Amino acid sequence: MDAFKLLVIADHDNHSIHPATFKVIGAAEQWRRFGDLHIDILLAGYRCDALAQSLAQAAGVDKVLVADDPGCEHQLAESITPIVVALAPAYTHILVAASTSGKNLLPRVAALLDVQPISEVMAILAPDTFVRPVYAGSALETLASDDSLKLLTVRTSAFAASERIGGHAVIEQLPPPPSNELSELVDQQLVVSERPELTSARVVVAGGRGLQSGENFNLLYQLADKLHAAVGASRAAVDAGFVANDMQVGQTGKIVAPELYIAVGISGAVQHLAGMKDSRVIVAINSDADAPIFQVADYGLVGDLFEVLPALIDKL
Amino acid sequence: MKILVAIKRVVDHSVRVRPNSQATAMDIAGARMAINPFCEIALEEAVRLKEQGVADEIVVVSIGPEQAQEQLRAALALGADRAILVKATADLQPLAVAHCLQKLVEREQPRLIILGKQSIDGDNNQTGQMLAALCGYAQGTFASRLVIEGDKAEGGKARVTREVDGGLQTLLLRLPAVVTTDLRLNQPRYPSLPNIMKARQKPLAITTPDDLGVNITPRVRTLKLELPPPRQAGIQVKDVEALVARLQEAQLI
Repeated sequence: MDAFKLLVIADHDNHSIHPATFKVIGAAEQWRRFGDLHIDILLAGYRCDALAQSLAQAAGVDKVLVADDPGCEHQLAESITPIVVALAPAYTHILVAASTSGKNLLPRVAALLDVQPISEVMAILAPDTFVRPVYAGSALETLASDDSLKLLTVRTSAFAASERIGGHAVIEQLPPPPSNELSELVDQQLVVSERPELTSARVVVAGGRGLQSGENFNLLYQLADKLHAAVGASRAAVDAGFVANDMQVGQTGKIVAPELYIAVGISGAVQHLAGMKDSRVIVAINSDADAPIFQVADYGLVGDLFEVLPALIDKL
Repeated sequence: MKILVAIKRVVDHSVRVRPNSQATAMDIAGARMAINPFCEIALEEAVRLKEQGVADEIVVVSIGPEQAQEQLRAALALGADRAILVKATADLQPLAVAHCLQKLVEREQPRLIILGKQSIDGDNNQTGQMLAALCGYAQGTFASRLVIEGDKAEGGKARVTREVDGGLQTLLLRLPAVVTTDLRLNQPRYPSLPNIMKARQKPLAITTPDDLGVNITPRVRTLKLELPPPRQAGIQVKDVEALVARLQEAQLI
């Protein structure tokens, strides 16, 4: 029987583990279908001891490797790459979420290991055979890697999260990484929100150019609060300055697959559909009956969103 | 400083393409081709740095078929000074592209390399990061703002604001460095007719991966390309009451 040794790189902010991490562990669990499986987690950060304790309880995890060092605080690719490169020879596969941090890190690691990585994996057909979207989700590519070590970023919306409890992993401290002379963080402007995180929310309410202004997004926030939903936006709404770019859903923004996606005033350009068309149920509210969004919507309502939204908020 | 910009020839973003009938590749025969939109932004940023007096030469590179010369000429018309085509017809994967670019970086010694964050065909989002690693340079990926600080003296830096999941992040990178562009970095210009004419006279050198000493053998094999499963046709509801009733029925709200 084949044996697989997987390393999952944890996505976190030193205070909490990003839910995407458990999706990646869920994806890693898929290798159990093919043989003996051993899963280790790399937690690289600073003052993240509590996170190590909680990851050690994650079901299916054998070992948590902790690089706790001031140099790892902001998880810059130049700082974390040497850690992963040093660990790599012990593994058959290295996985990370296809988040901005995973996409930033993994190709850098791959080049130094002389591996062609595979981005946005959405299905695992065999230990070396994967499915991923290309051309903004217009097609699905099934591909096989000939590299002996496989490096994958995982499209988290395509996998179920692993259980956060039930495991008893060993925690092992790694030696401090070499210092990073190439880059330093000078500033972060993070958007604070009390609503659920966009990529893991059960319900997403998203607005487009049809909202006409940033103030009008308040209508979406009211709807979102009634539904405990996250709020997203199309690229048109972001480019028009209505909302911050981290709310963008689409090929160049975030990929979501909630239970319910409500698209309001969004025409449904390919670039937007690439980010949300795997949602379980899609609702479209648009004044243009010919908008392409209606071709993928399970429930479409043609109407003026400034009449529909208040009525909908009122009904809930 | 010298800036190297890498551009890719891709199917125009407004063209819908489908897998071919054998499901072995995308059917792009006859499709309109263009510079990848993220690469256009990379080039525009380099041109702006030249207009600000920060850059003195822009070298634009493409790795791909003979016809990629069209995109290189377009880049010359937009403000690049000279072009290099690395002619290769095989299935080019990001690792091979990064290796070719690394050889050109060695030869050209640019202080800054700007690429798009991803191509809209392969959607890999890898080449810039891989190039930075191979060169041993810092990387500023998904840049929405780029400022070069004090490059005249040794120890110049690139101040890069990056679009990250939680918002924005600003890094200082030691030069030479690799930057990849996000859509919000700038709004690319259109070429003027005089510039299109002038671009015909600008130098365009042709080389090959063999000349560069790079092995471009693919590491990943495409087994199949197919359309994603279609969604079930939906229904139109006539008003908000009907919509709420449907969602309640489906236990979604």
